Amino acid sequence: MTRNLFALLAGSLFGLGLMLSGMTDTAKVRGFLDVLGSWDATLIFVIVGALIPMFFAWRVAEARRRALLGNDIPARPDPAITRDLAMGSTLFGIGWGLSGLCPGPAMASLSYNGWGGLVFLAAMVAGMLAAPPVKARLMAA
Amino acid sequence: MIEQDWILGLVGGLVIGCAAALFLLVNGRIMGASGIVGGLVDGSGRATAGERGFFLAGLVGAPALVATIWRAPETHLIGDWGVLVAAGLLVGLGTRIANGCTSGHGVCGISRLSPRGIVATAVYIGVGMAAVALFRHALGVI
Repeated sequence: MTRNLFALLAGSLFGLGLMLSGMTDTAKVRGFLDVLGSWDATLIFVIVGALIPMFFAWRVAEARRRALLGNDIPARPDPAITRDLAMGSTLFGIGWGLSGLCPGPAMASLSYNGWGGLVFLAAMVAGMLAAPPVKARLMAA
Repeated sequence: MIEQDWILGLVGGLVIGCAAALFLLVNGRIMGASGIVGGLVDGSGRATAGERGFFLAGLVGAPALVATIWRAPETHLIGDWGVLVAAGLLVGLGTRIANGCTSGHGVCGISRLSPRGIVATAVYIGVGMAAVALFRHALGVI
């Protein structure tokens, strides 16, 4: 239960941070991606702000190797830049540019994003369901 | 962008980073939105379903509470459902194939100086910029 309580707390903070930072406003996100239009740099400040606590958190986590609730800190993934990483990030980038939404803000804004937000989330879930077979074919090709 | 926007961006970003640090140091988990949702959707995260469910309840619920008792921020979501469906499919598919999104690869990966996180972030930002240039300025779809 402690584990679930801290998960709830982390999720809540994440949602409030996204809301406060302006990242649930798709115009600001598309504005950041719109280098030919009136460019909006807010997203840079958000990423820098988020990286500061995490930079220190990783140093502590990798020195201690264990989380406070007992389980291991996730191992460093194989650093190889694989085809699925490049192809997946490309597909994600197109969808992100079209909508100004990525998974975190899509969830955080669900209550105030109208029917369109729900339509996006349903399509995102469908895309996630379709991903394992597509990924298997991609890696076999 | 006005001055208030970047201050709120920085403060909101710090809150996001604290959320990720808490989830890492206390629960031992990477705070990646697509991974947390995706593991529930395709069943691969069944063993940690409770933790994922509570995280998502906070992620949806806390902003909903603020929006109800105070006010909801503007989202300026595009109105074309066809574009929203296409974008949602691409985001769901792409983040699961790449094994991460803006929070997992961006926030958690870059701060760990992970080459995969850095490359993924460079790719989706670069492609996102190209997509806006193409669909807004060349084709006028969005």
